[in-house]
Amino acid sequence: MSKFTFPESIRSRPVYGTLEARDGSAHLLVADAHGAEAILDVATPEMMAKAHIIYIPKGEAFEDKLRALNAASFYAGPSYAAAEPRLRKALADAKMGLQVYLAGTEGLMGQAQNAAMAAGIPHTAIQTEHRGSIARRMQCVHCKGITEDVETDPFVCSHCGLNLFVRDHYSRRLAAYQGVCIDAEDPGNVPSPKGIYE
Amino acid sequence: MTIQFNDETFRDDYSFYNSERAIKRFPFPFHEDSYMYSVNMEQHRGGPADSVYEKRFDVDEHYVAEMRDRAMVLADDPLRCQSLPHMTLAGWDLLELIMVSKSEDYPDLFELHRDGNNWRWINKPLGIDDSFVFLDETTLPYGPMEYITRQAQGDFCVLDQRDDNLWMDAGMVTTQADWSLDFDIGMNFFEWHAPVPLAHEKGIFVRALKFLLNIQQGAPARRLNWTMTVNPLLDTSPENYHKWGIQKTTLTPENIGAKQHLRVELQTFFRLPRSNALVFPIRCYLCSFQDIMTVPKWGRRLHRVIRDLPEELATYKGFIDNRPMMLDYLKNFDDGQPTSAGIWPDLETEPSLAK
Repeated sequence: MSKFTFPESIRSRPVYGTLEARDGSAHLLVADAHGAEAILDVATPEMMAKAHIIYIPKGEAFEDKLRALNAASFYAGPSYAAAEPRLRKALADAKMGLQVYLAGTEGLMGQAQNAAMAAGIPHTAIQTEHRGSIARRMQCVHCKGITEDVETDPFVCSHCGLNLFVRDHYSRRLAAYQGVCIDAEDPGNVPSPKGIYE
Repeated sequence: MTIQFNDETFRDDYSFYNSERAIKRFPFPFHEDSYMYSVNMEQHRGGPADSVYEKRFDVDEHYVAEMRDRAMVLADDPLRCQSLPHMTLAGWDLLELIMVSKSEDYPDLFELHRDGNNWRWINKPLGIDDSFVFLDETTLPYGPMEYITRQAQGDFCVLDQRDDNLWMDAGMVTTQADWSLDFDIGMNFFEWHAPVPLAHEKGIFVRALKFLLNIQQGAPARRLNWTMTVNPLLDTSPENYHKWGIQKTTLTPENIGAKQHLRVELQTFFRLPRSNALVFPIRCYLCSFQDIMTVPKWGRRLHRVIRDLPEELATYKGFIDNRPMMLDYLKNFDDGQPTSAGIWPDLETEPSLAK
């Protein structure tokens, strides 16, 4: 799958790169869906001997290929929420020199980055590569509820039902973009939803 | 001087008002007949007698009512006051700064008695008399930042300084111009300003950050910022935007003078001694168009500034739709005469309206 080029945006919006193998005492790789392809691209036998892969397939068929990399530890799970306790344990057990690689959707990378930051790893030391869906994880600024995998702008908050427009303003602490009521000044006047980058 | 505190509201029936004294000392934010972003910082070392610049933390006739409004906002939404775990010491620094400043600057209203770490704080306008142990959180009803900022007008951002940047790591934010502390907490200086148009390209934030990183203890700085608010609503938060946004559509040519308010922020910056954090109080002053028009110089100038403001700024500040109606009103107070330099009303020297 080809990589999506995000348009230029504001300073709070995350910028993703391309994973590169770095020297490290251990390697923690977290990916969802098409993020598996970024891991397959960066993996080397030396890295895999000291690697822990946490993968959430989301219906994509990369699990067997990833397993075949023979990482020291491999996990495939049904959701980020299911994988999170394992991720937090891996981060809590981590020693100096751990390299963290995140790949896949923005929501997955944001949440895993958040967990790594909570473990004391500076966000600037964490590698990220976007692959797959361009959907966003959105916080409703009004009710504070998070709606996962938002693909359109505007969208309906899955918690309070307000019509929200999709901002580029992003919080690492929440691992979410901000959604703000679109029809506050003209109730009911909600434009028909379009893809976020259309 | 003794202050008469107004019994007034900033919501529902909006009984807020400015006395004649309050209008004359309103911090009109335009020093010339046009406006563009700039790093408009100056030292915060007092100012003309009875101006909002005179004291370190200005206390005015709205104090008691503003604190009542803050308590209501916090009861509805406790997330308006947050402090990341490493910011508690900065909270104590802030408590000390405000208590010392207010007790020295307004001895008839506030008293601070210190015996080592055993402190007694008396706030007469709010009827508070508390004894506590400085640096011992268990002796106060709230954390130190929340405790003191429930007794101080204006929002407070407490910024940690590290990695040559400032981090929004604590704050009390209930009177904000449409930004969310809950969303922005933990962001650095460039990130929380990310949505501001034009200023990044002009290098404003790079220069402003350089200035702020170098603020020293005992040498605070200040600047004014402004926006527009329909009705004297303090809580123009994004959290409640779905409730107050509709009020922007209630302006008519008949009510605009009373309903449309110029909202000015007196922003000050103080270095805190123990934590090396920077506290950034954002004090909000509201004044209706019709009250501003009682100062001829301000009437002339406000018309010119609003008329010539770049479209991006009018959009960002949220009044692009109402600008034509504003100009229809304001043009009646602009007779084309020149205006004196600076922000002060100059009532004695500026000509009255010739129209």
